[in-house]
Amino acid sequence: MDTLIQQVVSGLATGGIYGSLALALVMIYQATEVVNYAQGQMAVFSTYLAWSMLNAGLPYWVAFAATLAIAFVGGLLLERILIRPVENAPVLTIVIVCIGLLVILNSVSGWIYSYIQKPFPSPFSSRPIQVGNIYFGAHDLGALGVTLVLLAALYAFFRFTTLGLAMRAAAQNPVSSRLCGIRVGWMLAVGWGLAAMVGAVGGMMVAPVVFLDPNMMSGILIYAFASATLGGFTSPGGAVLGGLIVGVIENLVGTYVSFIGTELKLTVALALILIVLLVRPSGLFGRATVHRV
Amino acid sequence: MAALLDVRNLEARYGDTRVLRGLSFEVAEGGITTILGANGAGKTTTLRAVCGMVKTAGEITLGGTRIEGRATEDIVRLGVGHVPEVRGTFVQLSVAENLRLGAYARRDLRHLSADMDRVYGYFPVLAERRQQVAGTLSGGEQQMLAVARALMLRPRLLLLDEPSLGLAPLVVREIFRIIRTINREERVSVLLVEQNASLALRLADHAYLMETGTVVMSGPADELRQNDGIRRAYLGY
Amino acid sequence: MPRTWTWGLAAIALVIALVLPLSLSNFHLFQFSQVYIYAIALLGLNILTGYNGQISLGHGAFYAIGAYTTAIMIDQWSVPYGWTIPVAGVLCLVVGFLFGIPALRLEGLYLALATFALALAVPQILKYFEHWTGGSQGIVLGKPNPPWGLPINPDQWLYFLTLGILVVLLVLAANLLRGRTGRAVVAIRDNAIAAQSMGVNTALYKSLTFGVSAAYTGVAGALSAVTVAYVAPDSFDVFLSITFLVGIVIGGLASISGAIFGALFIQFVPNLAQDISKAAPWAIYGVFLIVFMYAMPRGIVGTVRLALARRLRRRAEPAAAPAGSPR
Repeated sequence: MDTLIQQVVSGLATGGIYGSLALALVMIYQATEVVNYAQGQMAVFSTYLAWSMLNAGLPYWVAFAATLAIAFVGGLLLERILIRPVENAPVLTIVIVCIGLLVILNSVSGWIYSYIQKPFPSPFSSRPIQVGNIYFGAHDLGALGVTLVLLAALYAFFRFTTLGLAMRAAAQNPVSSRLCGIRVGWMLAVGWGLAAMVGAVGGMMVAPVVFLDPNMMSGILIYAFASATLGGFTSPGGAVLGGLIVGVIENLVGTYVSFIGTELKLTVALALILIVLLVRPSGLFGRATVHRV
Repeated sequence: MAALLDVRNLEARYGDTRVLRGLSFEVAEGGITTILGANGAGKTTTLRAVCGMVKTAGEITLGGTRIEGRATEDIVRLGVGHVPEVRGTFVQLSVAENLRLGAYARRDLRHLSADMDRVYGYFPVLAERRQQVAGTLSGGEQQMLAVARALMLRPRLLLLDEPSLGLAPLVVREIFRIIRTINREERVSVLLVEQNASLALRLADHAYLMETGTVVMSGPADELRQNDGIRRAYLGY
Repeated sequence: MPRTWTWGLAAIALVIALVLPLSLSNFHLFQFSQVYIYAIALLGLNILTGYNGQISLGHGAFYAIGAYTTAIMIDQWSVPYGWTIPVAGVLCLVVGFLFGIPALRLEGLYLALATFALALAVPQILKYFEHWTGGSQGIVLGKPNPPWGLPINPDQWLYFLTLGILVVLLVLAANLLRGRTGRAVVAIRDNAIAAQSMGVNTALYKSLTFGVSAAYTGVAGALSAVTVAYVAPDSFDVFLSITFLVGIVIGGLASISGAIFGALFIQFVPNLAQDISKAAPWAIYGVFLIVFMYAMPRGIVGTVRLALARRLRRRAEPAAAPAGSPR
């Protein structure tokens, strides 16, 4: 029973990271119908920047905050400079631009920082925390905590601020938003900035566990897709919940089903995607798309 | 009275089709102007052109400022409230959130809650449903919400695209009564596009008749109401 | 574009293609054979995604099925390579059709996700069934000799073989897509509900299109096994499927000639990028992708079509309306 609780909490921690990346994907998808395949690479690049700052001697939380700020500005600028010229182009064209971005970021990361794995520090202690008879990893709990704080802040922003309301409006109905004087283009840019920020947090929380290298997020991106599929690509809350569920499932399957080693773990994510798509494509919390004839 | 909106030689096309050709008309400051015409005459396109939602050639002047070619959100910020034919309510957001968004473009937010109260005063049914999701409102209620949202902007010019479309007659009369009130009490100039000619001509001061993208007749609303041709073609008697 | 123009340009292209072997080295001939093979694969994907609107990020899977069908038939049962190609095509036709059936329930993003998941699974599945596929080591084949004692070397033979099959498949696709079938396929893409209410059996057409699309890509895979003479799981990873997608978007969706331009891009631009920068070649490739999409958002053929249409429209336009009108 203790192992079960331990594994569930551990799964929730990784699930929080999957959920964060899934949230970033869903945020952009909701506003633009484009899946930003470069989301993972943007997170990796932000994490590398954090690594440089830490290497230069900055205290952890200062580097953390600075990375968030840089990620936000970077995401915003990427949308304005890279995506805006093709915003009215067919969806697949924009997808190719995102793939181009992915490839550029991956290659540049490898070029600047090399492909050798680097350790990345965790701000949480390495001693386990004891609750009753169960030992929890401090980083697991800490990462989960950071993720939840971030998501709560985002929720509050979208729910209670005028800018958040305007962004929701712009994503749901760009035409009507313009008629309210909302600058839809800039709302999109802010959305990209926030998504980049969320991704950066995910990157910094996962790097201590899997070590930092240019391909760090490739596997995680797939789990993020699984999370968003499970939760529903039209539901930000669903994406996060989907992430937590996927994290727990992955951990439990890895622990209790003996023949699933690390390689086949990925197959679990893929199987999950396919099963969800066969049974209920819009996911647990998404809305089924209704076509007006 | 000076013209708040002055449109000259407006041209607009969708792809290869010319929809507006050499269109010219005015909206007097503080007045209600209506544009009548059958389906396909280009009435909706005219309103969309004023708001910068279609590509145009020609001149559009609002209160002395040229606005053709500008982005929709910039034109709105100059005080143009547009209630589109499709109403365009944010169906996933609440009534109150819809109204709040209507005021988004305003610089002066001091009287925001007073304005919301005033708008709820015009449309009490919206007040009852203020936390309700807009998508669950009836057609008439959504139309009222669309007008209310445009009013939250405190516009100088209110553009209404076929507000009577698909609504019960009682509801339509109510909305038209409110438009008249707004025009008289708040000095909001109105450009009304309507297929329902008799209602429109009773409300408006000045009227234009459009056919295939251009004005074919214009004059004070009373005159057009007496005109035989219009009576037979558009008023049905 | 007028039909005579199209046929004329096609004839010129064919002549160039036939003459090329005279001046190219064996290695370059191999590269062009790859271009023709990619073109067949891209044609397959374009039929499904460009003409029928079903987005597939998993066509690498059919390429792999085709390649491994050929490899296993040659390696385990010594079947002459010529017979393996139609077998690969038919097998992929069936598999594609069967896959098309559950795919009927999925739209846009969801279909892309499902095919993406499939593409990711392919290398793992190939490694798992070691007994047939040779596992991570793959299967090594021999390079075929020209038949009937023709006085050309193996690379030249493969060049003409792939070119010949490409031409046949191109003409076949053009005929399929020009008639009623083609119109039905495109109608489904543009407005499936309207198509259905006009009597088009959308379910059947969509599944068939999937099958035909898979068959084309399977044939391409089979040919690649023959020309490269080696198959291994890691060459059929998700990046291959993404490369195919890049190819059809760059070439031009819903265009047949676009397949050739797309194939030229995906074969040669990575090499070009490597020449420009040894340190970060993929960054250069990414820049190429982005710049291409800015300059030609509808792909090469799409942009040319648009430009031609504009010129034709301008010529047909009557003089502008006289200024001023009665107020």
